[in-house]
Amino acid sequence: MDPATYAWLVLLFPLVGSMVIALGWRALPGKTAGWIGTFAIAAAFLSSLGMLAMLLDEPSDSRQIVDSLYEYASAFGLEIQLAVLVDPLSVFMCLVVTGVSMLIHLYSVAYLDSDRGYARFFSYLNFFVFSMLVLILAGNFIFLIVGWAFVGFASYALISFWYRRGTATKAGMKAFVINVLGDVGLYLAAFLVFRELGTFDFLTSFEAAREEFTTNQGVVVAICLLLLVGAFAKSAQVPLHTWLPDAMEGPTPVSALIHAATMVTAGVYLIARMFPFFELAPTAADIAAFIGLATLVIAATIALVVTDLKRIIAYSTMSQIGYMVMGVSIGAYGAGLFHLMTHAFFKALLFMAAGSVIAAMANIQNIDRMGGFRRAMPLTSGLLIIGCLALAGFPGTSGFFSKDEILVYAAERGGMYWIFAVGGYIAAFLTAFYSFRIGFRVVAGKPVEEARELEQGHLAHGEPVNPATGEPEDTDVGFPGPEHHIAERAKPMAIAMSILGVLAIVGGWIQIPGVDHVLETFFEPTFEESHLYHLVPSTGTAWLGLLVGGVIALAGIGLAYLCYVARPGITLRWKERFGGLHRFLERKWYFDEIQDALVYRPAIAIGRFANSVFERFIVDGIVNGAVGIVRASSATVRGAQSGFLRAYALLLVGGFAALGIYFLVVSQ
Amino acid sequence: MDIAWYLVLSALLFAIGAGGVLLRRNPLVILLCLELMLNAANLALVAFARSTGTQEGQVFALVVMVVAACEVVIGLGLIVAMFRRQLPLDVDDARKLHG
Repeated sequence: MDPATYAWLVLLFPLVGSMVIALGWRALPGKTAGWIGTFAIAAAFLSSLGMLAMLLDEPSDSRQIVDSLYEYASAFGLEIQLAVLVDPLSVFMCLVVTGVSMLIHLYSVAYLDSDRGYARFFSYLNFFVFSMLVLILAGNFIFLIVGWAFVGFASYALISFWYRRGTATKAGMKAFVINVLGDVGLYLAAFLVFRELGTFDFLTSFEAAREEFTTNQGVVVAICLLLLVGAFAKSAQVPLHTWLPDAMEGPTPVSALIHAATMVTAGVYLIARMFPFFELAPTAADIAAFIGLATLVIAATIALVVTDLKRIIAYSTMSQIGYMVMGVSIGAYGAGLFHLMTHAFFKALLFMAAGSVIAAMANIQNIDRMGGFRRAMPLTSGLLIIGCLALAGFPGTSGFFSKDEILVYAAERGGMYWIFAVGGYIAAFLTAFYSFRIGFRVVAGKPVEEARELEQGHLAHGEPVNPATGEPEDTDVGFPGPEHHIAERAKPMAIAMSILGVLAIVGGWIQIPGVDHVLETFFEPTFEESHLYHLVPSTGTAWLGLLVGGVIALAGIGLAYLCYVARPGITLRWKERFGGLHRFLERKWYFDEIQDALVYRPAIAIGRFANSVFERFIVDGIVNGAVGIVRASSATVRGAQSGFLRAYALLLVGGFAALGIYFLVVSQ
Repeated sequence: MDIAWYLVLSALLFAIGAGGVLLRRNPLVILLCLELMLNAANLALVAFARSTGTQEGQVFALVVMVVAACEVVIGLGLIVAMFRRQLPLDVDDARKLHG
């Protein structure tokens, strides 16, 4: 079979899984729905492996295969094929998405066990994977937009999955609205590409762009900026990031899958995929890189003070995606995508471990309430620490190699790009600190009541309350369910987390400077035409970067150890001394308030104005005026309609008589 | 005989009928007057047919009779319905369909 056939299979399995679960949920007993979903994704993962094997069989210069299922639309020279593009980039993304999704499905089989929306959850989750794969495999802008919008919907459905929670439904709406804003950017970019180049096809438009556009021509910069709007909304970059922390209202596996490992990296994928445009518009690429850096730093600082466990990880996700966006924008495509992969491993792992801890705390998410889980939950604690090490970039772990590769590339490009390297290393220090803020607060310290209970073998079961607001929860359908599941007691969760734990450590070993460069070689066919891709830092520089990164990571971890283990009171004193700064960070740099003042309030004010003035006086005026005119003009005619039969008869006879007389007079 | 006499008679009958329709309030009488008007028209038609020696006028008169029969059926039906519902048999009272 050729790679394209496998690509269609990759798309088919999750779609079929979603359909089967959605239509047959009544007939599926127990955990069947979960297993169907998991095996559908496993089949997709195997097909992705098949796609990879077939692609590697092709000679290196023909590893970009376009295959069309049928012609979607054809008119006036416009031909839209329902086409997939199979090349190293899409195959790589397919492997990451299906691989991580498979493990998260496996985790969810146990984690969501007591939820009454069990089948609904897996149907949504399979649909999400299908959408994401459509987005990745799309061979033209139209198909890409379809996947892009599907993914937005799937995200909305899963954030609002516990629809009895008011906060969850609101968070879903917020995510959807911001995502749609990004969709509009993507649509406009696609229209511009079509207007200028006359095609929606990726490869054709890339070819045409190189011939038609000159560097930094206005149109191509506009295309890139519009693409960036789409990418930033999906990837939660400043200032379109506020939906991501709120999206933590969804179930924890959803946070792991959609809002850490896969969907939010769609923006990174988009920038990498559209690299011919971005290389023609260096201005737009630099803007993207600066926004990536800003997000990286802003999110890292917020993650220092947030107390909600899942939200810390969410801000860390934003921050790590900032690295990726920065990487692919400055031309470090291989490094950016490498970090995408390692991040998918350790961030999914962190979320899974967090889910297990939150379950042990009976849905309490505040890290100030946690502590001392190392004896009660050895497996979860160990894996959480592995996740934190990888996130912090501890030497040897996956995050260590991938993060530094981006920063070394930035330094290698020199000039202005030094800013990115320096900023990246500063944020790396913050990252190391906040990741071990999580690690030490949860694992180390005196065991809290829940941890002591668990050591005795009792899993805490509190009254169900909303972790965000503390309100008692409606326990009907659409609520997390009364049972809690921890990795120590649920095998599927333990297996999924252990595999990711191994990957979080060894995932970076495929790309060690001077040792091997698997990804670098693999991506070669996709980025062949790029003039930035072939800029590779020397092994010496790369190792110097790794050394700096390692020292910074160790320093961050050391500071965290000092603050949270050696002298636990120290952070409280800092909080008092830098009260203003703390409040500023705790309010998340006031982004929500700024958006509220700049967008929400004006929109509401315009709405009020439209309702009270425009609607009442102008629209109602026109409608009521038309009614009044008809009524007034009909009043005179209505008088004739008296209802007196004899009056009608008189009119009839009189009329005929008048006509007769008239004709008599005329004929004379 | 001169056709003028027939036409004068016809005109007289028509005028009587029209006057009845306009002046009387009993629906039964109005129906009778309508018949009178139709038959006045028939008389004129037949007289013209006779004077020109053609058939068309007579045929037309027969058609008018059929129409008159239909009209009487409907009219009498209405009157019976009004009677059954014990409505006053006065066309001036039946004016609910005014605008």
